[in-house]
Amino acid sequence: MSSFWSAYIFILTGISIVGLAILITLTRRMKDPGGEGASTTGHSFDGIEEFNNPLPKWWLNLFWITIVFAVGYLIAYPVGNWDGLLNWTSQKELTNAQIAHDRRYGEIYERLASMPVEDLPDNPQAMRIGQRLFEDNCALCHGQAGQGGYGFPNLTDDDWLYGGSGETIKATLINGRRGQMPAWGDALGAQGVRAVTEYVMQLSEQDNVNASLARQGEALYNASCVACHGETGTGNQALGAPNLTDDIWLYRIPGESVRDSVQYTLNNGRAGNMPAWQNILGEERVHILSGYVYDLSNQ
Amino acid sequence: MQHETVEKNVGLMVALVLVAISFGGLVEIVPLFSQDEVTEPIEGLEPHSALVLEGRDIYIREGCHVCHTQMVRPLRAEVERYGPYSQAGEDVYEHPFLWGSKRTGPDLARVGQRYSDEWQKAHLYDPRSVVPESNMPAFPWLFEWTVDGSKTGAKMAALRRVGVPYTDEQIANAESEVDGVTEIDALVAYLQQLGTLVTGR
Repeated sequence: MSSFWSAYIFILTGISIVGLAILITLTRRMKDPGGEGASTTGHSFDGIEEFNNPLPKWWLNLFWITIVFAVGYLIAYPVGNWDGLLNWTSQKELTNAQIAHDRRYGEIYERLASMPVEDLPDNPQAMRIGQRLFEDNCALCHGQAGQGGYGFPNLTDDDWLYGGSGETIKATLINGRRGQMPAWGDALGAQGVRAVTEYVMQLSEQDNVNASLARQGEALYNASCVACHGETGTGNQALGAPNLTDDIWLYRIPGESVRDSVQYTLNNGRAGNMPAWQNILGEERVHILSGYVYDLSNQ
Repeated sequence: MQHETVEKNVGLMVALVLVAISFGGLVEIVPLFSQDEVTEPIEGLEPHSALVLEGRDIYIREGCHVCHTQMVRPLRAEVERYGPYSQAGEDVYEHPFLWGSKRTGPDLARVGQRYSDEWQKAHLYDPRSVVPESNMPAFPWLFEWTVDGSKTGAKMAALRRVGVPYTDEQIANAESEVDGVTEIDALVAYLQQLGTLVTGR
């Protein structure tokens, strides 16, 4: 801050404090002696008059105390270019609070972060911290119990898009994931989509599969889908391509038939996005959280 | 001087009231106009794109700022929950700023990229579908209504007059960029960029 503005602040602040002191001095009144000659406000109601008494002394003194407090405050805290005797800033207060917090809890985080993710479920402290972190950050999409929802994977089963080992879960949390199922509506045509849908349903052994359509679909599947979902439809965790044989459908609206859901997926594609948490939570917390998520599916 | 003099003299009272209340503003606000920390954009700050600008206006229209602040204060608990505290330089292109003061819902200053677009949409369509205990209203009409781009360029031109560095090209292209886009897409575009320039913990 330039010295001009610093001086500007000091002078205006000084004027207002001195001005208030002058105002109090000029407007205060000594106590009336009372009796016959006592001054009144001139208000009279039914012959009852109002004394014009000054403020009680203790009340007036409160004003003086605020002025003394203001001067003390100005000396203690930063104003303009003056850093204040306490050398206080809001950033420093934050940093100190964070240091105090780290001193108290840092050792716990460090110890838990040095344990392998798969061992954390055996540590009740890690699970308590993990549950808090999960409820604050993950439950919005994956649900309070990790049960997932439409478009948000269930974390309590053992079906994993990208793999369920401790380190894979951690990698998912750190960098996030972007699932991309392209739209095949234009490439396959309406008939092609219907055929592939039947074949996908056959892969997961659904009822009412139209066998002749499924045979047509198999050929199309082997031409277009096999690269990601694999020859047997078991998917590919390196690509995040889901297993189509397990009857778990991420994008099935409650009440929707598997056929409608698969057909919609083929026509329009899907795009899943798991945000990256490294920057938001930091590695130690991500590590503990990974242990909690690992535990969810291994109970 | 007697109280009476002030109390029975409206002109004098008005003058003294003005003096009394203006000191706070003169001392606390006026000096900020010349501070770089407050008037200079932080590194990488760009004016909002046409889509984001329209999303911001939907945010204002629906009153989001009435329940959500956009101001992470430098307090440990807030920094822990939301991310780095807000800096003045992040908001130099905001007219009006949307810091808010009523914290019914969570602060949104750093909500960008925290959740997926799909989550934001599901949540705005029906908050209870993803957060059962939420008391946020649903905004289903955003999925049907589309943005009218005819005024977007004019809004940008107005913002340019108060110092937001929009180029003629951006203003000329504004209408075609947003016309017919659903309001939900504009709002999500706005939400997903909030606070993303300052990262780390």
